[in-house]
Amino acid sequence: MSTVWQILRRDLARLLPGSPRAGGRGGTLLPLLFFLAVATIYPMAVGPDAPLLARTGGGVIWVAALLAAILPLDRLVAPDLEQGFFDQWALRGISEEAVIAIRTLAHWLSFGPPLMIAAIPASALLGIDGATLRIVELGLLAGTPGLAAIGVTIAALTAGLRTGAALSGLLLIPLAVPLLIFGAGALAGDSGSAIALAGAISLVLVAIAPFAGGAAIRASREG
Amino acid sequence: MLFSGVSLALEAGGALHVAGPNGIGKSSLLRILAGLARPFSGELTRQGNLSLLDERLALDEHQPLGKALGFWCRIDGCAPAAHTELLGLDDLLDVPVRYLSTGQRKRAALARMIGQQSPIWLLDEPLNGLDAEGVSLLETLTHDHCTHGGIAVIASHQPFRFDGLETIQLADFAQ
Repeated sequence: MSTVWQILRRDLARLLPGSPRAGGRGGTLLPLLFFLAVATIYPMAVGPDAPLLARTGGGVIWVAALLAAILPLDRLVAPDLEQGFFDQWALRGISEEAVIAIRTLAHWLSFGPPLMIAAIPASALLGIDGATLRIVELGLLAGTPGLAAIGVTIAALTAGLRTGAALSGLLLIPLAVPLLIFGAGALAGDSGSAIALAGAISLVLVAIAPFAGGAAIRASREG
Repeated sequence: MLFSGVSLALEAGGALHVAGPNGIGKSSLLRILAGLARPFSGELTRQGNLSLLDERLALDEHQPLGKALGFWCRIDGCAPAAHTELLGLDDLLDVPVRYLSTGQRKRAALARMIGQQSPIWLLDEPLNGLDAEGVSLLETLTHDHCTHGGIAVIASHQPFRFDGLETIQLADFAQ
């Protein structure tokens, strides 16, 4: 158990916003700023039409969340694979699956909750009312773990590739479609069941990610 | 296929130097011994944990050396300062890993490996970047490890000397 905690602590230190262990390089603060920048730019692009902004704002938050989840992908798995961390963990009997499961949690913690907090000022910028914001927040809570799971899986799959960074974004977007449909779809009508479905998809993805990611890392080691 | 027909057995206290020119498959053999790569055919059995030293440090580059080693120490359950003094790293513990020289990086990797306290050592080109004093230090450390019942397999194109070290020329098994 203490091994799991040590690895989680290292992962969080590398991924959390503005952590000193990341050398003060901001970690995932960048995706958050990106997220807020999109929310700021959008009203300027669409124009000062309050009802239109309120109607489309939730969707914009979701798209921005998706893009923010993609940004740190190239740092999620590839550096550790290159520097031999996965080999050293394997020698100590710590399976790739366990490491990937921990990393999924760390990745989610580093962008999910901060994103949900950032959605509050973003909702003010977009003119979204309180009830809609609540649905957006619940949708994000249900959907972002799934985004994290897809992200880590894709990062593991592309870790051995030279052009992994560009490819991983392309691969993630289609896989995120179901989450977006139900997560953002909660805003359109029957919010309860849509959020439940987004949560169900998230759970499935979180359950698959460690095994897919672990297999990907072992495959890249053989090659 | 790099090599075939390689057969070796090591018991407690045994040490083996895998010699041969570049590209002959020394590192591949060590990765197979470590269980990180699969042989095309053949069998491998071992008892006891092993630790591997290769060209990859597995230490966080932006971290001070002390903290980067501390991460593995907490996983391996070793004393944080174990062997850093012996390896001449005590003055470098506050220096970020990315600023270390080639030889210092090798010493840091050695500290990580020794901290693992496993009976089997796999050393892949351990002498690269080490100065003369470092080479003799490593030879002494490996010798001590083996006299205390440990096993060491050293893959190196450079000479590696201590009493009781057997040598296998991998070129004899090349395809």
